[in-house]
Amino acid sequence: MEVERGHIKAFAEAIEDPNPLWNDETVARETLSTGMIAPPTFLRFIRTGRLQELPEDFPYNRSLDGGSQWEYFEVVKPGDKIKAVTTVTDLYKKSGRLGEMIFVLTTTTYTNQFNKLVATQTNTSIRY
Amino acid sequence: MGTEIPPLVKTPSNRQLVRYAGVSRDFYEIHYDKDFAISTGLKGVIIHGALKQAFLGQLITDWIGPTGILKKLSAQYRGMDEPGSPLICKGKVIKKYVKNHLHLVDCEIWIENSKGEQFTPGSATVLLPIKSMNRTKRS
Repeated sequence: MEVERGHIKAFAEAIEDPNPLWNDETVARETLSTGMIAPPTFLRFIRTGRLQELPEDFPYNRSLDGGSQWEYFEVVKPGDKIKAVTTVTDLYKKSGRLGEMIFVLTTTTYTNQFNKLVATQTNTSIRY
Repeated sequence: MGTEIPPLVKTPSNRQLVRYAGVSRDFYEIHYDKDFAISTGLKGVIIHGALKQAFLGQLITDWIGPTGILKKLSAQYRGMDEPGSPLICKGKVIKKYVKNHLHLVDCEIWIENSKGEQFTPGSATVLLPIKSMNRTKRS
């Protein structure tokens, strides 16, 4: 997935974060990053599709986000080509106020065009 | 230790949720279609967890400025927050240490809604240049 400058700016505008690092190329060029970079949760936009580990007839089609942990290794810049791979790391059942819930833990690794690890995101998705 | 991070107030509107859905490509209807949200057992439209995490990201990047580097950012979504009222993002320093010659700071971060509920606890680790580290120590 290619990272577009306009998309970074649109993302920053949507989260209403005026930081010049993700809004203004001219100002960002004068900083250590030497140009615009993506804000911390930007890579969230890359959707990795249906999880292969879950059965096709997985009966829980409603979901809630339980949380997410990011670790960063490289900055993301316009023009970068990011590959995201998501794997299921744990799966368990719990009962709660929404009835029977399945917790799906995944880890997504994001790699750039230089084959460098950019970030990892561990996510908890609650299906019910 | 215990240095407070300057709070950040965000008041997400329905319109912001729709914009966020667009840029993050998360089109799950619970974030913009009230009838759909109710049909899934919710009271109404809820704010994307990832949008709340983006606010916490801004809390930290505003604080560290362009010379600081965010290394880790995490948030849990333990309850639903609805659009239309202010969310106060807060944080404090809990640990400063040197690892592999890098000056690191661990922070506890969270969001308080207008009812005083804290549904979004989290943490962040940042790498600060030595100068900023000293500045943080003095304050």
